[in-house]
Amino acid sequence: MSTTSIPAPRTGYSRHKSTRSKFEMFAWLFMRISGVVLVILIFGHLFVNLWAGEGVQAIDFGFVAGKWASPFWQIWDLLMLWLAMLHGTNGLRTIIMDYAEKPGTRMALQMILYIASVIVIVLGTLVIFTFDPCPAGADPALLASFCSAA
Amino acid sequence: MAKASTGTLYRGNEGMWSWVAHRVTGVGIFFFLLVHVLDTALVRVSPEAYNAVIGTYKTPFMAIGEIALVAAIAFHAFNGLRVILVDFSKSGPKNQKKLFWGVIIVWLIIMIAFIPRQLMHTFGG
Repeated sequence: MSTTSIPAPRTGYSRHKSTRSKFEMFAWLFMRISGVVLVILIFGHLFVNLWAGEGVQAIDFGFVAGKWASPFWQIWDLLMLWLAMLHGTNGLRTIIMDYAEKPGTRMALQMILYIASVIVIVLGTLVIFTFDPCPAGADPALLASFCSAA
Repeated sequence: MAKASTGTLYRGNEGMWSWVAHRVTGVGIFFFLLVHVLDTALVRVSPEAYNAVIGTYKTPFMAIGEIALVAAIAFHAFNGLRVILVDFSKSGPKNQKKLFWGVIIVWLIIMIAFIPRQLMHTFGG
């Protein structure tokens, strides 16, 4: 007579492991962490560019040159660019997922979004790092005062 | 059965409207950001090109637009902090309605401070 082996209760049982990646969890967490940092970066940006001094009326090429002459504002703006673009891109991805129901529409909208985001991030990064505050041959009246000091 | 007049889980209340406003302001800010990076990129073209485009930001029409932009950013920022408190603070979910009105009050303070400042910059005074 063969013995029937009955496994002890609950042995060998494990809850079905999720096969999904942790991407959505990281995206959720990223929105919160980048959000807090962006509150500081963007309110700082708005204070310096829209509130202080003459506000928006003071902004011109020389104003930008004066800011980006300092690595502090270069890093500030670079961080703001990357975090805001990734935060905004993920936000729009969420909205596309919520409202675009056809797979083709979802795919198309996402592709447009990602291409636009990559172009803007790459362009913005290049502008910050290749910016010349005193371009040769430019009208000196339009440049920052430190360009003519030398 | 919930009726529209008495309100369902969300309908017409702080939780839903803050969510709607967060989406609307988020999308608006994102499209402004795309334009803003492109206009700033003109510093690589020439001082004249950049000054010409940034000059349009100084017109009365765009000055009003900047007030709308700051309004959208301030709401999105403060409501975003509210969302974080609701997610991570133990008493956050219980107080989400109070937090919403806190967001509105801080937002109003920012706007009451910024609007006259911006109008002074734009129209002199």
